[in-house]
Amino acid sequence: MKADPKGVLTGSHFLDGDHACSEGAISAGCRFVAGYPITPSTEVVERIAERFPLVGGVFIQMEDEIASSIAILGGAWGGKKVMTVTSGPGFSLMMEHIGLAAMTETPCVFVDVQRAGPSTGLPTQPAQGDMMQARWGSHGDYAIIALSPNSPQECYDLTIKAFNLAEQYRVPVLLMMDECVGHMTERVIIPPAEEIDVVPRRFYDGRKEDFLLFKPDADLVPPMVKAGDGYRIHVTGLTHDEKGYPHMSPTAQAKLIPRLVNKIKLNADKIIEYKEDQVEGADVVVVSYGITSRVAIPAIEQARKEGIKVGHFRLIVAWPFPEKRIQELANKVKALVVPELNLGQIFYEVERNVYGKVPVTLVPHPGGTVHNPQEIYNAIKNTHLGG
Amino acid sequence: MEEQMFDVEEAMPLNPVESFLRMDRMPHIWCPSCGIGTTVNCFGRALETSGLDLDKVAIVSGIGCTGRVAGYLNLDSFHTTHGRPIPFATGLKLANPELKVVVYSGDGDLTAIGGNHFIHAARRNLDMTVICVNNFIYGMTGGQVAPTTPISATATTAPHGNFEQPFNLPYLAESCGAVYVARWTAYHVRHLTKAIKEALAKKGFSFIEVLAPCPTLYSRRNKLGDGLDQMVFYKEHSEIHHNIDTKTATLDFQGKIVVGKFVDKERPDYLTLMNEHYQKKFGDKYTPYKG
Repeated sequence: MKADPKGVLTGSHFLDGDHACSEGAISAGCRFVAGYPITPSTEVVERIAERFPLVGGVFIQMEDEIASSIAILGGAWGGKKVMTVTSGPGFSLMMEHIGLAAMTETPCVFVDVQRAGPSTGLPTQPAQGDMMQARWGSHGDYAIIALSPNSPQECYDLTIKAFNLAEQYRVPVLLMMDECVGHMTERVIIPPAEEIDVVPRRFYDGRKEDFLLFKPDADLVPPMVKAGDGYRIHVTGLTHDEKGYPHMSPTAQAKLIPRLVNKIKLNADKIIEYKEDQVEGADVVVVSYGITSRVAIPAIEQARKEGIKVGHFRLIVAWPFPEKRIQELANKVKALVVPELNLGQIFYEVERNVYGKVPVTLVPHPGGTVHNPQEIYNAIKNTHLGG
Repeated sequence: MEEQMFDVEEAMPLNPVESFLRMDRMPHIWCPSCGIGTTVNCFGRALETSGLDLDKVAIVSGIGCTGRVAGYLNLDSFHTTHGRPIPFATGLKLANPELKVVVYSGDGDLTAIGGNHFIHAARRNLDMTVICVNNFIYGMTGGQVAPTTPISATATTAPHGNFEQPFNLPYLAESCGAVYVARWTAYHVRHLTKAIKEALAKKGFSFIEVLAPCPTLYSRRNKLGDGLDQMVFYKEHSEIHHNIDTKTATLDFQGKIVVGKFVDKERPDYLTLMNEHYQKKFGDKYTPYKG
């Protein structure tokens, strides 16, 4: 399916990442957004509020992030493509509803424009400290998809991708931006609507009497209906059977929860996306994502000038994590370097997949600004020297 | 001797409310002489005469004993998180305005953890009916103090008696902008049924507080007898005062209970205001939002 031309601002624009995200949502067909102001994400909902009345969407500024994060789930069951937007403190408040969305298989997009934490931290300054919270923040076992854009153009493109994945897998998809990417202004190309692929909701089209709300298709994802369609559905955050009825037993738990995880895990190869630059034949590979992937470039170039064979591996989909590819790299290269704007999060995921075969060096940064490329360069050089 | 075969189910007349229930989920979890089931009975009877297309009625509950109502009603039904049925219902209604959205939950869910959402939904005049079963206590978790527990009543987390002032919910709802506000008890089944029917027919934020016995955790602990004793108490201590100043509708521990329809007024609901506002602002460029 292609995008609805209504609302697609085809052309070349000069946009910041937050605004590009808003345009991505509109292009993807999002027509219900609930949000609450928080720096540095607010510009996303400001543009949505500005644009939505004339494209047939409803934006509501809720009373807090808890309300926003469940209003969108109501919106999804009402039949709309939905999104909420926040930053660290609000993201923490939304965790319970990421769990509810995962449990009830509600397609939705959560945007987190990351700022330095913990707590109020540095509201106007960047970090990448929510990466593990994105994966594990709600209680219990579940799986989500998280994307990591590194430019306003990618904020546009990956927002569309986020909506498409949410619909394809009936799962919350998290767009993990950061303050730098959100506030930097660059050229953003918005293609014609007929060139934008949009995944429609997987509505049930079988016989009504055979319908079971949580009976999965072969890819482990059940088709959906919306409230008002006459199916008299029951949706609960309790452990439930295929009909959606609460089922308080280890048997029901053992049937449902592994499926919620496996529908992402077993489809991971289709979901995972990364970008590689001169990884083949490299001695050292820098693994990065988001704004840090751009800060790493001068460091990599400087090291290459000095004759060090450095590759660059950039995560575009952060969760599910590209485990297989990192395992392959561990057999090919001599060392890995992981710079990130936190004191070690994705680093541990890389280290876990390397199985101790080669050294993995973290280049930590507590956030507030980006790395000095020199720090990343030093790490490349030191690990190359075996230091 | 041959046993006499007698099919009880066949001999029983069909309860008119059964068609509104998910009978495949019976028996329900509520205690004997709990008041919640009585309110559900009234809700079913109100639906029966409401003239609503039941495929377009959605029910949203939070967590707690009353939070289980959604799971027993044969409607599109959503059992959400603790305190959050109102914002879920907000999204559901705004995404699909043709739905009649009912929030059915308890006093702890709606007015403690969910209090913020309650006041804002009333302020916005979102088109939804909120039914709050007030049993003065947290039942599901075993009898803790609630924002509705009367002064001097005891609870497991107020073992020496409650000294916090409880909410006067009709006053709260009215002052935040609700267009329909009523209070009844589980004893007043006909009044309650009528009130639910009226609330369902109302456009905007309608609110009904239903006082209901919690025999297991409130009445027993406070030595008030069982559910039947509480119903007798409701019968003897309730005074019907329609249209009174909600400020005066306070509840004391085993004191007089003011019940009635307190507010029934007109005020444009959220989506009407939104459409009117944007039509004024954008003229022909704006297509009125219908979902």
